[in-house]
Parts: sequence; C-alpha cells; structure tokens
Amino acid sequence: MAQSFPEDVLEHVFSFLNHDRDRNAVSLVCKSWYDIERLSRRRIFIGNCYAVSPEIVIRRFPDVRAVELKGKPHFADFNLVPEGWGGYVYPWVVSMAGAYPWLEEIKLKRMVVTDENLELISKSFKNFTVLVLLSCEGFTTDGLAYIAANCRNLRELDLGESEVEDLSGHWLSHFPDNCTSLVSLNISCLGSEVSFSALERLVARCPNLKTLRLNRAVPLEKLPNLLCRAPQLVELGTGAYSAEIQSDIFSNLSEAFLGCKQLKGLSGFWDVVPAYLPAMYSVCSQITSLNLSYATAQNPDLVQFVSQCGNLQRLWVLDYIEDVGLEALAAACKDLQELRVFPSDPYDAEGNVTLTEQGLVAVSEGCPKLQSVLYFCRQMSNAALVAIARNRPNMIRFRLCIIEPRAPDYLTLEPLDAGFGAIVENCKELLRLSMSGLLTDRVFEYIGTHAKKLEMLSIAFAGDSDLGLHHVLSGCESLRKLEIRDCPFGDKALLANATKLETMRSLWMSSCSVSFGACKLLGQKMPRLNVEVINERGPPDSGPEDCPVEKLYVYRTIAGPRVDMPGFVWTMDERVSSRFSRATEGHGD
Amino acid sequence: MAHENDMDLKATELRLGLPGTSDRDILKSNNKRSSNEMDNSCSTAPKAQVVGWPPVRSYRKNVLQQQQKSSDSDMLGMYVKVSMDGAPYLRKIDIKVFKNYPDLLMAVENLFKCSMGVYSERDGYINGSEYAPTYEDKDGDWMLVGDVPWDMFVISCKRLRIMKGSEAKGLGRP
Repeated sequence: MAQSFPEDVLEHVFSFLNHDRDRNAVSLVCKSWYDIERLSRRRIFIGNCYAVSPEIVIRRFPDVRAVELKGKPHFADFNLVPEGWGGYVYPWVVSMAGAYPWLEEIKLKRMVVTDENLELISKSFKNFTVLVLLSCEGFTTDGLAYIAANCRNLRELDLGESEVEDLSGHWLSHFPDNCTSLVSLNISCLGSEVSFSALERLVARCPNLKTLRLNRAVPLEKLPNLLCRAPQLVELGTGAYSAEIQSDIFSNLSEAFLGCKQLKGLSGFWDVVPAYLPAMYSVCSQITSLNLSYATAQNPDLVQFVSQCGNLQRLWVLDYIEDVGLEALAAACKDLQELRVFPSDPYDAEGNVTLTEQGLVAVSEGCPKLQSVLYFCRQMSNAALVAIARNRPNMIRFRLCIIEPRAPDYLTLEPLDAGFGAIVENCKELLRLSMSGLLTDRVFEYIGTHAKKLEMLSIAFAGDSDLGLHHVLSGCESLRKLEIRDCPFGDKALLANATKLETMRSLWMSSCSVSFGACKLLGQKMPRLNVEVINERGPPDSGPEDCPVEKLYVYRTIAGPRVDMPGFVWTMDERVSSRFSRATEGHGD
Repeated sequence: MAHENDMDLKATELRLGLPGTSDRDILKSNNKRSSNEMDNSCSTAPKAQVVGWPPVRSYRKNVLQQQQKSSDSDMLGMYVKVSMDGAPYLRKIDIKVFKNYPDLLMAVENLFKCSMGVYSERDGYINGSEYAPTYEDKDGDWMLVGDVPWDMFVISCKRLRIMKGSEAKGLGRP
C-alpha cells in the first residue's frame, strides 16, 4: 500500500494525540503507523506493573519521557494484601536508568520504593522533573535527600499519602540554593519537622510554586511567613491548624490569606482550632477544592466555614458535618461535583454524629453537578437511594459504605437491591460503584443488566450464590477492575467466565469460596492470566482440592508469571499441576 | 432453580467437579461452605475486628488516632498564667477543662489556698473575700472574672491575677 504521508508528517499528526487510548488505536491501523507511533510515544501508563515487563515496554517504546506505574491491588489500602506481596519499582528503575536517559517523570501508586531506588533515579535522569509517590512505602527521608540534592530541575515532588520512614527533616535542606524550579511540593505525609528557614528560603526562591502541601509539624504561627513569600499559590495544604488563641496570630493569618488571590484549593487542617477558621474567610469564595477530612472541627464552626465557599466543586469532610451541614452545603454550593464524607469514628457501632442518608439525599437534590460520591454512614434506605438515583442521573462515581456489614434498609428491613438497582438503572454513565449493606443476587442481576459503562466494582459481604458473580462478569461489558471480599462466590461463575478475565485489568477475591482446584484449572486453561493464590496459613495444597483459597488475585499479563513472589503467594500455571498434583486427583487434561 | 439454565455451564469446557456430581450439588455445597464461613467470621468477633472494614485507609486511620490522642492529652488546652498578689510563684492552669466560673474559681482557690467569696454583678466578690480574681483580656485591659459570659471569657482571657481585695474593688462595674 502506498504511503500517503511521509513519516514525519504522521509523527506530527500523532503528536496531537495524548490519550493512551487514541495512541493505542492508531498503532493498530497498520505496521508503519505502529512503528511511527511507538517511536514517538512519550508517556506510558501501566495500570498493573505485573501486566508487562520493563524489557517489553522499552523494546516497544524506546524514547519515553514519562512513566506512570501502579503496583498493589486497591484492597491493599485496607490491609488486605499482606506485607511483602510485591509491587517493587526496582526492576523498572534499573531498566529505565539504562534505556531512558531523558526520562522526566515518574509517577507511582501503591509501589515499594527504596532509598537506593530514589538515589538511582536522582542520578540517572539528567532532566528529571516530576516525582509522584502515592500510597507508596519502603523509603526513608534519606532517599528524599538524594532527590532534593541531585535533581537540578525538579518541578514536582509529591509524596501523596506514602508511608515514609521519617529519620529527620534535614532532607529538605538538601535542595541547592540555585534550585528555583519547584512548582509543586507535597510533604504532608511526613511526621518530622523540616528546617523552617530552609523551607522559607525554598519557597521564596521558587516563583512558579503553585502547590504547597505542608506537614503537620509546620506551626500555624509561621504559615503567614510562607504565604507572603508565595502569594501566587493555587493549592495550599496547611500544617497543624492550631495555636493558642492570640489576636496577633489571627490578624497575621488573615492578612496573609488576603494576599493569596490565586488560591483555589485548601487542605491540611490537622488539630484544627475552629476559632482560626475565619482567618480564611477572604479566600473562601475563590475556593473550589476543600479537603477538611482531617479536620476534627464540629458544627456550627464547620458548617459556617463550608457555607462561605460558594464556588466549591470538591469537598472532602468528616461526618462531623452531619445532615444539617450537608443541607447547608446543598443550599450554598451549587457547583459541587464531588463529595466525600469520611467517618470520624469508624469502629464505633453507634456513632455520635447525626449523619444519615438524609444528608446525601439533600446534596443530591441541591447540587445539580454532583457526579462523584464517597459516603460513609450508618443507615440507608432503598427510598433514599432511589431518590439519589433519580436526582442525579449524571452520577459517574458512587461509593457508599454503610458501616455495619449486611445492614438492611433501616425502614423496611429489606435488602438494598432495589436502591442500588435504581442507581445503575438511572445513572447510565456510571464508571465506578462500591456497594455495602444487605444485598442479594438480585442486585447483581440489575448491575449486569444496566451497568454497561461500569469500569470498577467493589463488593463486600454481599450476594447469595455464584449467580451474583456470573451476572457481573457476563453483563458488565466495560468492567476493568473487580474487587470482592467476603462473598459466597465460588468456582462456577469464575470458570464459566474465564475469558472475560482477559478483558479486564484484574480481579481480586478474598474470603470467598473459590477452591484451590478451580484456581489451578483457571491457571492452566488461561495462560495469559496470572492466577495468584495468597494463602498465609500455609500452602493451598495442604488441604483438599475443594478447600477455598484465602485470597485470589487474577490479572492479565504478557510478562508471564511473577518472579518476585513471597512465600505466601502461589501462581497457578501449567507448571503448577506437576508441583501440586496428587495421585488421587483426576482433573484437568 | 430456574435460573441455573441461564448459566449454561454445559456449553463451556470448564467445569469443576468430580465425575457423577451435578451442578446442583456443587452449588448447594458451595453455599453451605460459604455460609458457614460467613457465620464464623461474623457472629463471634465484634465488627471492629473484621480486617479492612470499614474500608478506611490506614493512613487516614493513623492520622485520626493521633489527633484523638493529642486532644486527650490536652495539647489543645488553653493554658494561662495565674498569679496571686503576695505569692512567690506563678501557676498555670488550663481554663478549657472548666465548664463554668464556679468550677474555675474553686480550682484557683484550691491552687492558692485562698478564698474569694461569691460573685455579685453589682458588688464584685463579697463575703469573705480578701482577694478577687481578675484577668487580662485580649485588649490588655484588666477585668473582673465573671463579668462576661463564660464562652467569651475563655476566648479572651490571656492571664489571671488574684488581686488583693482593696485593688479589686476598683474593677467592679460602674
């Protein structure tokens, strides 16, 4: 076939394609397009670090400048993935250090990163500008010192909510005096105090600093020093928001905030002393994103503050906001798109706040743009869910956590099938759903029938039988990630829908009823899946074949079985049958 | 069950089960095993012991726990200096632990082993009061303790001084 355009013209055209999906589509058109695309791809997103190997990536894309990797499954956030499971960035950093000398950006989520990895990063990439470590672990503040010292043009250092071993705050002083490039700095997860004067000087010499998220150790009295040196800030995370009540502290703070004309996002607020909230009144009407989820302020201080922020688009808050606060929010914040309400006391069965389904219904009624919800509460009804669904057909993320597992509709004592059914039926663009409460197989029938755009589903303590899982796997056409815990789902649905699993990123099932035998079968039949059994109590073959495995993690991969598995993870592949086979079994081929 | 037909398992190659068992047996035995497991994990242990439930990230849990601890240990207290005329040492008390004036005054009386009498709006402290409690407010003025509502006092009090009666009389309301 004659080539219509010269390569460099095509490459120029492709340079306008930034989204992975577009680039992937383009690469499938013909061989020459595949080659032109792969040589010009600069950004790579790998949603599961074990789905592919560094060698395969580097071979296909030789000139990448930005890499984003995710490691552990989402349920690792809730301690369901044992320590030492994996997700090491090491092999990636080592390979990329050789292959991508011009790499600029590394973004990692739920991965294990060591100080040696950080040192290697800081010394291997001359143009390194962006390091984002979300929910990562394995490194100390010594590793950060390498980054600070060696990355001459560092623009972004975001430690997310990582678990960092905090040896000292001294690392920040390693930023050289001629470092003026910082645009974003997030150290909010660190415990120890950094040298305030070093921080102050750093902030003062970085004119492009737009995001500054401090850690708890930065005292409130000193916040004005930073704010007046960075009046161009767009996002601020305060340190501890508490001090003895003194009028000079208050007036300094108010004055400093008055100068922040660009400020749009606020977070931090540890140990909040409500008397100091009004110091921010001058910026409230500018604020579009507010994270008060660590602020233990209560009403009326809390609702009074939030109500000042009429242009709010995103609010994260503790359940201290209560129904009355959410009703005020619904009245005041008509641009609200995302609401997350976290539990102040997740382990208290009773709860001491008046936050019920009413608050969420009120927000769904009053905020026409509401599309993303994460809500922890202690009671729910089908009626409320139906109302929410009808109010907000534009909902795209809906995550509801009723604290008590299997809690029924508190009014009728029925399962919440009808309520969640209404959500999936009305919200046709729903991408993500997390459910809780008492749920039967019926809700899964609704989901399989209606949730055609759903990409991620989280299920806990729900369903009656394999039929539930079967409905989801056979009906949800767009499903990419499925995570299940403590549900009576077993072998039948899994095996009947084995090929579906190749169309998804991953499946997690823990404390369900999937037998070891089924896992083996799945692993043998589906070579492009890694079927990993996690059994901490002992090898899965120490009991009978029909014994359920503790945890199962299945994901598609072109890299073959993992080579870095700890002792409690077994991979089920063709070789497994010889390792685990017993004379008495008659399964398989 | 009628909907077993929907699963159409026989059309797939993948089946698990010993020869001779039917789907129904497997389905029932799956459910039975799972419901036992459910009972074991849920009926005995209190809910707080279910791992990873409610799904709150460990990072968030740790932060909230730290904050609860610090509020228990009075790090958010409102400590003010208390002096008494003629006493050699200053003391410090956390006025946030008190809910009203009588509690505060009783504590101060105990601290300095003095008696301040009863507060009266018109006459200040009378009946057995050689001393009167006063405080310096945010504006630097010395006021008689008790003149303003308690909540306002807590916010505006910078320090306390137990004055000798004769001086204190001048602070009464005009």
